[in-house]
Amino acid sequence: MDLQIALLLGQDGVTNGAIYALLALALVLVFAVTRVIFIPQGEFVAFGALTLASLQAGKLPGTVWLLLAMGTAIGLIECTTAVRARRFHRLPLIILINCGAPLLLAASLLAVSPASLPLLVQVLLTLMLVVPLGPMLYRLAYQPVAEASVLALLIVSVAVHVTLTGIGLLFFGAEGSRTPAFTDANFAVGDVVLQGQTLLVIVASALLIVALYLFFERTLYGKALRATAMNRTGARLMGISGDLAGLLSFTLAGAIGAFSGVLISPITTVYYDSGFLIGLKGFVGAIIGGLASYPAAAAGAVLVGLLEAYSSYWASAFKEVIVFTLIIPVLLWRSLKTRHVEEA
Amino acid sequence: MSAAPAAEERSVVLEVGDLAVSYGKVEALHGLSLRVHRGEIVTVIGPNGAGKTTLLAALIGLLPLRGDLVYLGERQSVGRSVEQLVRQGMTLVPEKRELFAEMSVTDNLLLGAFDRYRAGHRDELETIDHVFDIFPRLMERRQQLAGTLSGGERQMLAMGRALMAKPRLLLLDEPSLGLAPLVIKEIFRTITGLRSTGVAILLVEQNARAALQVADYAYVLETGSISLEGPSATLASDTRVIESYLGLGGRH
Ligand SMILES: Nc1ncnc2c1ncn2[C@@H]1O[C@H](COP(=O)(O)OP(=O)(O)OP(=O)(O)O)[C@@H](O)[C@H]1O
Ligand SMILES: [Mg+2]
Repeated sequence: MDLQIALLLGQDGVTNGAIYALLALALVLVFAVTRVIFIPQGEFVAFGALTLASLQAGKLPGTVWLLLAMGTAIGLIECTTAVRARRFHRLPLIILINCGAPLLLAASLLAVSPASLPLLVQVLLTLMLVVPLGPMLYRLAYQPVAEASVLALLIVSVAVHVTLTGIGLLFFGAEGSRTPAFTDANFAVGDVVLQGQTLLVIVASALLIVALYLFFERTLYGKALRATAMNRTGARLMGISGDLAGLLSFTLAGAIGAFSGVLISPITTVYYDSGFLIGLKGFVGAIIGGLASYPAAAAGAVLVGLLEAYSSYWASAFKEVIVFTLIIPVLLWRSLKTRHVEEA
Repeated sequence: MSAAPAAEERSVVLEVGDLAVSYGKVEALHGLSLRVHRGEIVTVIGPNGAGKTTLLAALIGLLPLRGDLVYLGERQSVGRSVEQLVRQGMTLVPEKRELFAEMSVTDNLLLGAFDRYRAGHRDELETIDHVFDIFPRLMERRQQLAGTLSGGERQMLAMGRALMAKPRLLLLDEPSLGLAPLVIKEIFRTITGLRSTGVAILLVEQNARAALQVADYAYVLETGSISLEGPSATLASDTRVIESYLGLGGRH
């Protein structure tokens, strides 16, 4: 392997690593706030990429129907609760938000031909279609069992993951899609050619990470999420309910997943079930960070990306094996470290 | 209460009747009644395990309760949640403080105003200045992480954070716990100072001497029910209280 190839593989690794880092951050966030191990995180990546691909192919993405169905289900539940509590004045708002908004989105997608829209609008539409699935999923699947054990929540996650993968197959079919590159620009730095696409992914990921950092450090809602992760009872006494924190963290997880899907769509061919492996690599990164530290999780995810890129060169058949084997020494090291803390 | 006769000059903030709380099958509180008026300090004293913490936790909605609970003239339903009560101005400083250890003093205080912020108020910076006036020590330590504060500073932060919510009913669980006499004095002076702001205070204490000094009215809680009640001055000279709670320099 000469330097040229090494740098090229490094570029690949960092690009994928940036995406894994975003997913690792989302996984840490969701776990810290809600104790949910969010296995379906990867499905948001796949849905994001495939929704964008459908829009560009001039098709109506299946995620519209999912949005409508989940919105209707939530609308029914909330209406029943409101009627039982005799709070009839809340009904119009509930229906408007849960059923009206998805309907409006569906209608406008039918009215225009999405293939002819500018890329930026297509990306925005994709986010509007996929991000709300995050909080909706929380409302339907996790909120009713929010006080259950971590294991029970994990089982719910597995069920949600399997369901969403099935729905993905139904909506997008078994063929993969790959969107055209966002940019064909290339930059030559000495001997090395930097692809514009690579730079775009890295810069966009970095921007999103900075935005998340500012949200958690500078805004009261961000601080409220951190507070819930630190001390649930303390947060409740401040009026920060578990439901609010859950909805908020799932919205962020949905946004991060959908955004990653958009970023990855021109780089790899994405299938309805690709999300799981992508999410799992983010998960390995998050585990390296102990599911607690954001910087460690991000660093771990970039490491996973690099390892994957180089192992695909040396032993491409064992690429995935090598990446997932990494988790064993990490867990060993972690458990040894924990014992030391207890002894001290 | 809107239906109350005009003769009742001081408005009742909290009225509890025949309250009972259980942990599983074990009843921790039963047949308990008490009342707190606006601008009044009411104390509940009693030995370890009497149920004082249980009472406050049930009042703020952390534990399910049975009985009548009227807060700000409104009968509370069984399904009331902590968040609803916080929105209506009830705030608890818990026995364990429940601070956000890895956040700065300032951030802890700002989160105290979270619910007001969510409801659309944008006066948290003025309120924080006011809290810093009451607790200048917090001002000096505002960048420090809450987890690294001393016991006394932690208690001040817990109270300051509660005041950020501009409560109408403040529930205080053992504010003197583990503090040196001088700091206790300072904390109790602050509590007395709050009375003039119109907030109603329900103060739970083992330090009966200090509590009876600042309170207007007192209840003695023993093994889950009220055994004595009356104006603080009267209770402070009651022989049963003196024997059980005021003997030997104030600690029972
Ligand atoms: N979560 C719980 N489950 C079961 N029993 C409990 C629980 N919490 C408290 N108790 C019991 O309820 C009784 C009252 O406890 P509580 O904490 O209210 O006492 P306290 O008056 O606050 O005591 P202290 O002065 O020591 O703080 C005690 O007997 C205690 O053991
Ligand atoms: Mg107690």
